[in-house]
Amino acid sequence: MTDPSVKDAVGQSAPVPRSSPLVDRLRRLPWGRIGMPAVLIAMALFFGTINPNFWSVTNMGNVARQISILALISIGQTFAILSAGIDLSVGSLLALVSVVCAQAMLDFGLVGGIVIGVLAGCLAGLFNGLLIAKARVPAFIATLGMLVAARGLALTLSGGLPIAGLPHEFMIIGAGYWGLVPIPAVIAAVSFVVAFFVLSRTRFGRYIYAMGSNEEAAILSGINVVKYKILVYVVSGLFAGIAGVVLTSRVISGQPTLGEVQELYSIAAVVIGGGKITGGVGGIGRTLMGVLVLGMLSNGLNLIQISSYVQNIVVGAIIVIAVYIDLARERRR
Amino acid sequence: MNGEQSQPFLQMRGIVKRFPGVLALSGVNFDARLGEVHVLLGENGAGKSTLIKVLSGVYPPDAGEILFGGRPVTIRNPHDAQLLGVSTIYQELNLVPEMTVAENIFLGQEPMGRFGTVDRKQQVRQTRDLLASLHLQIDPQAVVKRLGIAQQQMVEIAKALSFNSRLIIMDEPTAVLTTHEIERLFATIAELKQRNVAIIYISHRLDEVKVLGDRATVLRDGAWVGTVPVASTSVDQLVRMMVGRDLKDKFPKLAIAPGEEILRVENLSRKRVLHDISFQLRRGEILGIAGLVGAGRTELARAIFGADERDSGRITVQGQTVDIKSPAHAIRKGIALLPEDRKRHGVLAHLSIKHNITLSALSDFTHSGVINLQQEHTHAKEYAASMRIASPDLNRWVYYLSGGNQQKVVIAKWLSSQADIFLFDEPTRGIDVAAKVEVYQLMGELLKRGAAIMMISSELPEILGMSDRILVMRGGRICGEFTRAEATEENILDRALRGAPEHSDVTNGGVE
Repeated sequence: MTDPSVKDAVGQSAPVPRSSPLVDRLRRLPWGRIGMPAVLIAMALFFGTINPNFWSVTNMGNVARQISILALISIGQTFAILSAGIDLSVGSLLALVSVVCAQAMLDFGLVGGIVIGVLAGCLAGLFNGLLIAKARVPAFIATLGMLVAARGLALTLSGGLPIAGLPHEFMIIGAGYWGLVPIPAVIAAVSFVVAFFVLSRTRFGRYIYAMGSNEEAAILSGINVVKYKILVYVVSGLFAGIAGVVLTSRVISGQPTLGEVQELYSIAAVVIGGGKITGGVGGIGRTLMGVLVLGMLSNGLNLIQISSYVQNIVVGAIIVIAVYIDLARERRR
Repeated sequence: MNGEQSQPFLQMRGIVKRFPGVLALSGVNFDARLGEVHVLLGENGAGKSTLIKVLSGVYPPDAGEILFGGRPVTIRNPHDAQLLGVSTIYQELNLVPEMTVAENIFLGQEPMGRFGTVDRKQQVRQTRDLLASLHLQIDPQAVVKRLGIAQQQMVEIAKALSFNSRLIIMDEPTAVLTTHEIERLFATIAELKQRNVAIIYISHRLDEVKVLGDRATVLRDGAWVGTVPVASTSVDQLVRMMVGRDLKDKFPKLAIAPGEEILRVENLSRKRVLHDISFQLRRGEILGIAGLVGAGRTELARAIFGADERDSGRITVQGQTVDIKSPAHAIRKGIALLPEDRKRHGVLAHLSIKHNITLSALSDFTHSGVINLQQEHTHAKEYAASMRIASPDLNRWVYYLSGGNQQKVVIAKWLSSQADIFLFDEPTRGIDVAAKVEVYQLMGELLKRGAAIMMISSELPEILGMSDRILVMRGGRICGEFTRAEATEENILDRALRGAPEHSDVTNGGVE
């Protein structure tokens, strides 16, 4: 990159407005990489200054526990969006998984309930994947259908009522601690590490980026796009399954009304982090940033006593501003 | 006939248009007279489209002047062109498929009734009058998507007239029409001449030019070659004006003795697109595939590669008959396809150079699904270097590379996948002259490694300069085969335009 003032000096001798060296140096920082962490630190400082409780171990634990469900489904959403798709069904799947998990736990015991719950998520994802990759229904439509139908199924299976009477030991998943860290946060953290590895180090991960960047070129490069697309939605269903089990444990019952509009927050987390909504660009690290921003925002606004109504306005604005900044940066290059 | 009497309605003088790295038009002169068909001729890339786009306001010229009725004008955008009475009918028609004929014709200029609503009756009546005046039997209330392509074209022409256009530009209008439809179009064009409309007509089909044209202007490499009266100029003279140029040196062709047969295609057909195609390809050989746009060349490559289904035919790779079902299958058999549309089908723009290069060979350094990044990097570096890709950073997005370097990345991908049958579709389209020569040199290196290349190209100099043998396609069939020694631009173009000579068995005789 050439300094603009040099170019002008060669041409006409018009006075060039020069920015101060500090502004110049700030501008040259690699904002693509440090932008989000910087925003996070700024937010934390802001909330911490107004309400010092923000920094307490209890509150940090709360934040971690609160965001872990969103974190888990956002991992699946990252896979879907990176592949140039989308998964609108993850919110409803939380409810379906919760109902299935609770009922199965009553019938087959603790482990059976957990396993069947997670499998239910995978199965729904497989169904999404087959519709999208085999029947070629657009991902938006296929998963929109699943969003409505899975909620309906959850309500049907449960008769619209919570399923109670789950074993007491099950509570540890949602409410327990590993040292100072809540168990849900541990599960989310491990999931992030695994997903990071899959996306950056495995052939499957590479093919997801390839499909998302240019599906036609990916097919002509010999990638079995049908197979890997199905797999993407199975993965998204898997994480919805894990999240559903954790959530069921937190409320210690099967609830058919869980997870409403969570799919939209998971999409928001992906794009706030800098993932491209049309696929091919983004990653698990960026999604983590998006999840942290959303989580810290809602916690911090609570602590400084902003009403939840106003919080929605702020979150909505943040989604749009984050994507706008990303696009503006891309245009400038 | 009325060419001499009128002063030019349109004059373009010394038009210059530059694109990064390319001089698309270098001082072109052109004019058009009312009531006259002026044909614009030239090979692909000669600058015809650019000239038309300057005239219709899509590109601003870098130099030169445009005069309408003797008055200098500036055309900044398509709307300016419309106000000057210029309408362009492109190959891809600009109609809204879901709307009716009348709605399309009056789009943006709807007759208004009271209360600011569209006066539909008025609109339909005016459309009916307009169509009748052109002797067209089209229902004004028919939905456009239900019309045939020829009728849609007529609707475009009617629409142009509804704007009171004095100058209508037609860009290869007959490329998509049947013989009967072409006759209808010619009748309409005659009608337009009667109405004193000026017509600029772009076509590759020289037989049409003779029937239709009053004058012809030939462009070559962005330069004006000449403007001649059609009646007193032979087709051969026109062809010579289009192609005559010095070719040597631009094509670094290696002398390699062809080896064993590596690919054999027999009686390959695909409904409505490919008919009974047979040929063979040997190691160390470049087989050029010439023909006009739409002759079925890209479809042939895609059918061999398994990207499109075949209806019948047999493909033999290294003596072994294979029923190629998918690109993945073709790649396993050592076949590679370098697609025509690099941006849409070739590169993955938001993947790094490294990841593009290794995409088709990923399994070679993947163990139980996990990529060995070190091996991958070494591998990518080696092939990037051997392709002389001019970027120091393999982690850069391909998006930021020039067209030539993007093409090298695609070639590197196939090289790294150990392919030895390369299907190159327009390998040098849209890349600058220096990069072209590099691509040719790389092709030579592929051949030295024992590969074979089937090269589709619309640039005859490239076909002649690089091929060992040349097949000419027309209408989904092979209509001629020439050796390097036999081939000339004239005889290839002749076959591509007019097909195989009658009472000849060239069509079947090439391969056996």
